[in-house]
Amino acid sequence: MNLTLLAEKLNLSVVCGGDGLDREVSGGYMGDLLSDVMANSREGDVWITCQSHQNIVAVSVLKEHVGIILVLGKKPDDDTIEKASREGIPLLVTELSGFETVGRIYNLLHP
Amino acid sequence: MSQGYKFSFPVKGDNFDDAGKASVEIKRFLKGLGITGDVLRRTAIAIYESEVNIISYARQGNINICVTDASILINIRDNGPGITDIEQAMKQGYSTADDHIREMGFGAGMGLFNIKNCSDDFEILSEVNRGTLLKISINR
Amino acid sequence: MTLHEIRELLDARVLAGGNHLDVEVKTAFSADLMSDVLAFAKPGSIMITGLTNPQIVRIASIVDNSAILIVRGKIPPDETITLAEELEIPVLSTKYILFEASGRLYANGIVGCVRKIEGPGSVVPL
Repeated sequence: MNLTLLAEKLNLSVVCGGDGLDREVSGGYMGDLLSDVMANSREGDVWITCQSHQNIVAVSVLKEHVGIILVLGKKPDDDTIEKASREGIPLLVTELSGFETVGRIYNLLHP
Repeated sequence: MSQGYKFSFPVKGDNFDDAGKASVEIKRFLKGLGITGDVLRRTAIAIYESEVNIISYARQGNINICVTDASILINIRDNGPGITDIEQAMKQGYSTADDHIREMGFGAGMGLFNIKNCSDDFEILSEVNRGTLLKISINR
Repeated sequence: MTLHEIRELLDARVLAGGNHLDVEVKTAFSADLMSDVLAFAKPGSIMITGLTNPQIVRIASIVDNSAILIVRGKIPPDETITLAEELEIPVLSTKYILFEASGRLYANGIVGCVRKIEGPGSVVPL
């Protein structure tokens, strides 16, 4: 399943990085503590978080995530959007809570 | 404040280890006075956010509560820096927290927004370099 | 699901409130940061988090979470456990990451606290 399909299924808004939506989602990571994300997330993960500041982009780039989903309708900061666009990291937003978002992604990855 | 059961809790600023301690105690106290359910919960959330604001920004503050048959009236005073733009401060996600506060997991900018959502009536009075007064009313 | 069943499903350790495992849980709120918990968590929901400091217990007490599930195999400091015992809030710890733990619970019928937000600053709770 790639990000395009995931975005469709979950009705996610794409804020930027639309060119990267064809990336294959191999797993998911949810978390807001950057050190934990750095330690535990993996390449190919879609990262689900409520953090909207620009530091999330560097983390995603380093860990080679396929993209970042912000939950509870959080709007990424302008700095974040600018950085993510430059780095080619897709930023998506959902109105759902983290638990609901993860639950649905999990079901899609483990049918 | 009107006639009712009154009590006051002091809160010391910059004491993050104890953040929430006053709120938990106040909630227990209110439960003992017969406040329950959603009213108790909303009151506790509003008080918690206020307590964290005092701890984050002021040297000291006071949470004054008056419980009547009709409502719970909460006045929170602090001697902090005051709020320069109240409208902006009310916005979800807006925060003046420094790195030190954010590193501890606070400062997400939801405080005043959450307080307002929990209240039936809400007023902020603030003066820069003097402090802030929050007046919250929750109907029973 | 009961806390017993959650413990089994997630192979979790019980760190506090071991005699309250019959509690029925229908909703969950997952977050590492507590500000959204205060804004959106429903009473009776289980708090799922990677944060381990005593704040999580105070907040669980304020919003009436039924229990706390700590993820990523983290074991909280003694102060957290002592406070949880004092406030009678069950605390479990699972080795699974937040994504996996939440996913498994969702697959077993637990639902979230917020299903949709209508617009900026407006929430439609479950």
